[in-house]
Amino acid sequence: MTTSQQDIPQVSFAVPDDGFGHLAELRVDPIGLLQRVRDECGDIGRFRLADRDVVMVTGAEANEQFFRAPDSTLDQAAAYPFMTPIFGKGVVFDASPEERQQMLKNQALRGDMMRGHAATIEAEINRMVGEWGDEGEIDLLDWFAELTIYTTSSCLIGKPFREELDASFAHHYHDLEKGTDALAYVDPYMDIESFRTRDAARVALVELVQGIIDKRIARGTVPKEERDLLDVLISVDYTADLITGIFISMMFAGHHTSSGTAAWALIELMRHPETMKDVVAELDDLYADGSEISFQALRSIPRLEAALKETLRLHPPLIILLRLVQEEIELAGHTIMPGTMVAASPKVSNRIGEDFPDPEAFDPGRYLDPRQEDLVNRWTWIPFGAGKHRCVGSAFAMMQLKAIFSVILRDYEFEMAQPSEDYRDDVSKMVIQLAQPCRVTYRRRVK
Amino acid sequence: MKVVADLGLCQGHQMCQGEAPDVFAFDEDTDQVVLLQEHPDETLRPQVAAAVQYCPAMALALVEAPAQEENR
Repeated sequence: MTTSQQDIPQVSFAVPDDGFGHLAELRVDPIGLLQRVRDECGDIGRFRLADRDVVMVTGAEANEQFFRAPDSTLDQAAAYPFMTPIFGKGVVFDASPEERQQMLKNQALRGDMMRGHAATIEAEINRMVGEWGDEGEIDLLDWFAELTIYTTSSCLIGKPFREELDASFAHHYHDLEKGTDALAYVDPYMDIESFRTRDAARVALVELVQGIIDKRIARGTVPKEERDLLDVLISVDYTADLITGIFISMMFAGHHTSSGTAAWALIELMRHPETMKDVVAELDDLYADGSEISFQALRSIPRLEAALKETLRLHPPLIILLRLVQEEIELAGHTIMPGTMVAASPKVSNRIGEDFPDPEAFDPGRYLDPRQEDLVNRWTWIPFGAGKHRCVGSAFAMMQLKAIFSVILRDYEFEMAQPSEDYRDDVSKMVIQLAQPCRVTYRRRVK
Repeated sequence: MKVVADLGLCQGHQMCQGEAPDVFAFDEDTDQVVLLQEHPDETLRPQVAAAVQYCPAMALALVEAPAQEENR
């Protein structure tokens, strides 16, 4: 028998309600809030976000119901109002599953395009690491954010466009990501500093893109094989504003996610020297015969992959996935009404003790035969989400991470430049990023 | 061994064809995986296991068929 939404338990308040329900807590300790929903309410619980109920599910059964629901029942776009000012009006949040499939078929993420992407990514990493010298110090957030601007722009938009970019593009892009305050659930255009910075960053990005467009127009047409996506969009008379919005949206899903995962993987490897040793030995062995990174990154590298998966489990780039209910849906025995927001939480599901023994421990052994805890728990091991909307770039992301670590661990050793526990996330925005400082030192390996 | 492909999850990446071309094919009209053999030979196990492991949509599974079914 199903019961109504009102019977779903509501989570307690750890930060006083300031008129917007649990929004205040979501802005200071979202992980604490989401974990408490499971701890207090079980597989289904509720919290208040401004004037809405958010029904959050965890656990394999309820997660599967959530992730299998069709778009006509659970809508994704309407659930993320903080993205609209970033993409700009008229740019869709996400394509429908059918459109995504079409994109896969025709465009940049197709399986047979991966070899070219792997070579592009290797070249971009070499270019940045080429400036390192024998030893030095980097900020993980700045460094990986810049690298992944170059890799995503080059692979998804095109090499000629990427060649027009420098660190200033990455800087403005980062300001956009910081403009994802949950206050957007009240008003995405509220007069607060992070939203003003966000809007100024978007204006700056449009100017950069306009400058590139002007150069392309002055240059005139080039042979087909030298054109990239920007040339195509200019040829159909799209404005700089719309083109910038399209590029921002194309890069968004692959940028802060890959950048943050690369940084956290390096931190976890430094925190676990035995795992680091195993991974370095695996890579040394793999590349001993001089084989190319762009070739190997597409193939199995089991110990590195396990370390990356464990990093993703403990530090999923998105801690909450949201949908807006369009048609009545049943979740965990409750009927949920249209207009309600529903949520699944990678951060909480990935740490369910019944599925992942000793859930707080960094244990890459989980993914090796015969445990394979990611495959066994495909509805609760969800750093990439699940179902039809499962991250369409997951294979690209894993390949990129394998290429990054193949290059940097081949040539360098890393040490924490601050106490281990000082590496932490800034969780004050919906897009979670490493809190700065997050510095590490590197030194060229003596082989 | 029994291979299961969940068409509700398949996103059409076509990675499985690369890993185990004797077991998986692709339907260009529906953009989805086609299972060529539900009970592939034991010798194909490593290829099928890799296809399951690297499916970007987590749409594939390997289930150990009960003994009586395998004897049929």
